[in-house]
Amino acid sequence: MNLLNIKKEFPIFNNKNLVYLDSANSSQKPQSVINRINDFYSNEFSNVGRSVHALSVAATNNYENTRVSVQKYINANSKDEIVFTKGATEAINLVANTFGQKYINEGDEILLTELEHHSNYIPWHYLRNLKGAKVEFAEVNDDGEVSVESIEKKITPKTKIISVTHLSNVTGAILPIKEITELAHSKGIPVLIDGCQGAPHLKLDMQDLDCDFYTISCHKMYGPTGLGILYAKKKWLEELPPYQGGGGMIKEVKKDSVSYGDLPSKYEAGTMATAQVVAFDQSIKFLEKIGMSNVIKHEKELMDYGQEILKKNNSVKLVGNPKRRGAVLSFTIEGIHPHDIATILDEDGVAIRAGHHCCQIFHETLGIPATARASLGIYNTKEDIDRLNSSINKCKKIFNLK
Amino acid sequence: MNIKELYQEIILEHGKNPRNLRKTDNFNKDAKGYNPLCGDSVHVYLKLDKKNKVEDISFEGSGCAISMASASIMTDLIKGKEGNEVKEIINDFLEMIKVNPELKSKNLKDDEKTKLMCLSGVKQYPMRVKCATLSWHTLISAIEDKKEEINTEKFD
Repeated sequence: MNLLNIKKEFPIFNNKNLVYLDSANSSQKPQSVINRINDFYSNEFSNVGRSVHALSVAATNNYENTRVSVQKYINANSKDEIVFTKGATEAINLVANTFGQKYINEGDEILLTELEHHSNYIPWHYLRNLKGAKVEFAEVNDDGEVSVESIEKKITPKTKIISVTHLSNVTGAILPIKEITELAHSKGIPVLIDGCQGAPHLKLDMQDLDCDFYTISCHKMYGPTGLGILYAKKKWLEELPPYQGGGGMIKEVKKDSVSYGDLPSKYEAGTMATAQVVAFDQSIKFLEKIGMSNVIKHEKELMDYGQEILKKNNSVKLVGNPKRRGAVLSFTIEGIHPHDIATILDEDGVAIRAGHHCCQIFHETLGIPATARASLGIYNTKEDIDRLNSSINKCKKIFNLK
Repeated sequence: MNIKELYQEIILEHGKNPRNLRKTDNFNKDAKGYNPLCGDSVHVYLKLDKKNKVEDISFEGSGCAISMASASIMTDLIKGKEGNEVKEIINDFLEMIKVNPELKSKNLKDDEKTKLMCLSGVKQYPMRVKCATLSWHTLISAIEDKKEEINTEKFD
């Protein structure tokens, strides 16, 4: 597949004026994913796992087929380690809730980093209130990175779980998650990796990584909204209590007792996002067809180009300077508020995000309430970066900056 | 709609050099406002005399050009106005930003109306309306002695 023609796979880019630089927020969808949702609802729809009729059997097979695709894609040990959720947020809530119920007691510590998205903080914050647990934050350095050492500094005998992002959605820093996991495991502490930004941009191998939990947001990965994935080692899914109760997750229900279904059904209560799961298989196929090494190479080239161009632009200041950086370029312009930047860029068809990007803790450490963020996807080109830069110049002109 | 109509010179000038960006000595009313979407925050201070006339008004805070300009222009206009005039002007401004094509207030001079109308550009940018109205809602809160911080996500 020629990456230069990749925009053609995404119907939204029929609008030639659009420069979409908000993929860290949510990615655009290729035609194959859109078609699959349409086909499934038009010709194949049925609920899964409930009925014996042919439609239900076929839908169940399609649904389970995606689970196997995900398992292979992230190199999990078993398909039973793949749980579908309504989003990565729910996946983290599932772990915080069930792990918290069983293993967190008063005075126990949960270790996060200052870079975390609110969705990897608030679920743990609940345990602070509910169980009297403490939430600790490993420090971010001036380059916007979190080192293994800064994690190590915050580990105490009370640390019960470590939950860190794979790739920061603000600084783009890729965290040393394998080293963090090794360190944690040497002290008997399980690790959750928030893979929302990692999964769309990096090669995943759960066997190699050895983390206990990994969460994925499908809509950031060229897939449908309303769908997330929790990877968890089988022993955790067996040990932890169910999250939500309802249909589909039970084995036997009596008036005085309930037993739960096998994995992963135990964690999939109620009717799931069937069409989204079925269509997500196309997202994986799409990425596999390109090849993750090509995705990584393409995005690195763009990042290098973007950093070079923006560093040359006077009064633009990049946020963070991590040595290993993923597809995110956050910046500020002295004298122009990020929301004003975003509005002016939008007028030129350049879609970026402005604000705290659901990372208020990190913005507090920066001492600024907001940043502007250009985040890349597989469909972006050097021309997109050039248009970003010329739009930034227009901002500066409107605000009479040099 | 041209972006230059949103970012008129007067907005940029007030955004860059906001008037009354300070804390009033001996203020007798104040309120805080916050926009969680973008992190804009404002703290409005009022000093009313015995007849509820605005002896002084000021604000502290940070935000985008629109929100800073709006707070700046607001404090400039409100200073010296009578209590009932203030409420009428606030309502008129908020109605103009929502629906009305013009300002109707009899308590505003023509040049004051012209200045306020410079903010009408945000009507074309629904995501930015809250930037322009944050300080105004916070002013209402100060006048009414509401203790709770104004939060733009709770506007109607």
